[in-house]
Amino acid sequence: MTPEEQNFMRKIENEEKIEPKDWMPEEYRKNLIRQISQHAHSEVIGMQPEGNWITRAPSLRRKAVLLSKVQDEAGHGLYLYSACETLGISRSEMIEQLQTGKAKYSSIFNYPTLTWADVGAIGWLVDGAAIVNQVSLQRTSYGPYSRGMIRICKEESFHQRQGYEAMLALAKGSPDQKAMAQDALNRFYWPALMMFGPHDSESAHSQKSMEWKIKRETNDDLRQKFVDQTVKQIEVLGLEHPDKNIKWNEERGHYDSSDLNWDEFWSVIAGNGHCNRQRIEHHVAAHDEGEWVRDAITAYNEKKRVKKAQNAA
Amino acid sequence: MTKVTEKLELFEVFVRSKRGLDHKHVGSLHAEDHEQALEYARDCYTRRSEGVSIWVVKSNDICSSQEDDADCFYDPSDDKPYRHATYYVLPDPVNNM
Ligand SMILES: [Fe+2]
Ligand SMILES: [Fe+2]
Repeated sequence: MTPEEQNFMRKIENEEKIEPKDWMPEEYRKNLIRQISQHAHSEVIGMQPEGNWITRAPSLRRKAVLLSKVQDEAGHGLYLYSACETLGISRSEMIEQLQTGKAKYSSIFNYPTLTWADVGAIGWLVDGAAIVNQVSLQRTSYGPYSRGMIRICKEESFHQRQGYEAMLALAKGSPDQKAMAQDALNRFYWPALMMFGPHDSESAHSQKSMEWKIKRETNDDLRQKFVDQTVKQIEVLGLEHPDKNIKWNEERGHYDSSDLNWDEFWSVIAGNGHCNRQRIEHHVAAHDEGEWVRDAITAYNEKKRVKKAQNAA
Repeated sequence: MTKVTEKLELFEVFVRSKRGLDHKHVGSLHAEDHEQALEYARDCYTRRSEGVSIWVVKSNDICSSQEDDADCFYDPSDDKPYRHATYYVLPDPVNNM
């Protein structure tokens, strides 16, 4: 090991954070850029399935809540893009990678939101799963990423609680409403579990990421946490658990559960989910349609600069 | 693709959460000028009454010490242990001074 590498590894071992100007292995930098940009893209693309329901939410209160939540996600995207930029990649490079399919985002957002209950299920389960992951990432070794996660975690709790509250209203409502809640649970439960990624044995980046403390807990451990915490929540809703094999295992102190449909997982990642194409098309369209605003800002500023120079002269 | 965010300047954002406390660095953002940076900062970083005052500073205007040179940069202080309170050994009865 070179002295630089030694110094870097010493910081990692002592739980000291790595900061932007520190020396770091090229692979560490690449790994972080991949993970943080993917995380940022997920926040941004994640606005689409819920944004789809803002105008159709069943009351003014629910509209306001959903609007706030989606606005938070835009903010999360910003925090993460900023953290990623400290690694030497520009915002526009990242956006280009997203739009050309070179960078990924969480597969969960390629599932459609068919009913209002889906919005509740997303807040409860999808944000719930994201929280489990993000709480763990507060201890990640890269300083700007860690600080971003701490900030995001403070905001996420509201996301999950408003989703659960919406599910609760449906689950305690008419038989039709309850059926709608059950259907949303059945559809979103499995993809939510897939959000934690493949089994650790199949995960291409896991080992190095754990060594460098970019990731602090394995995919399977985090998934287990989520499985465990969700059982009681389903019970309180009075809904049926989608996994018929869910069973408390006294010895492990955890719930045993069915394995996931990994063919579906890999197929959605490969671009064959319900909404993959639509999500990116929408992102490109929104970006293009916003061009005149960006141009106007630049033109306005140029005008101000000229005026200022004239006044000074 | 237009690379507007590249033309936009990078700003660092500092928020004072309560009167009497320091401004604390909370993150960064791209904006055209100070005025716009302040508005963006308000929208991004103070949606839940996190602050009573915001500073925005152009990242380029920040001059920082090199952390890699930390050893020699801070060296001059390291051989002055008498700057620490614990350096002075006092009798027990008065030691909480
Ligand atoms: Fe988020
Ligand atoms: Fe969220």
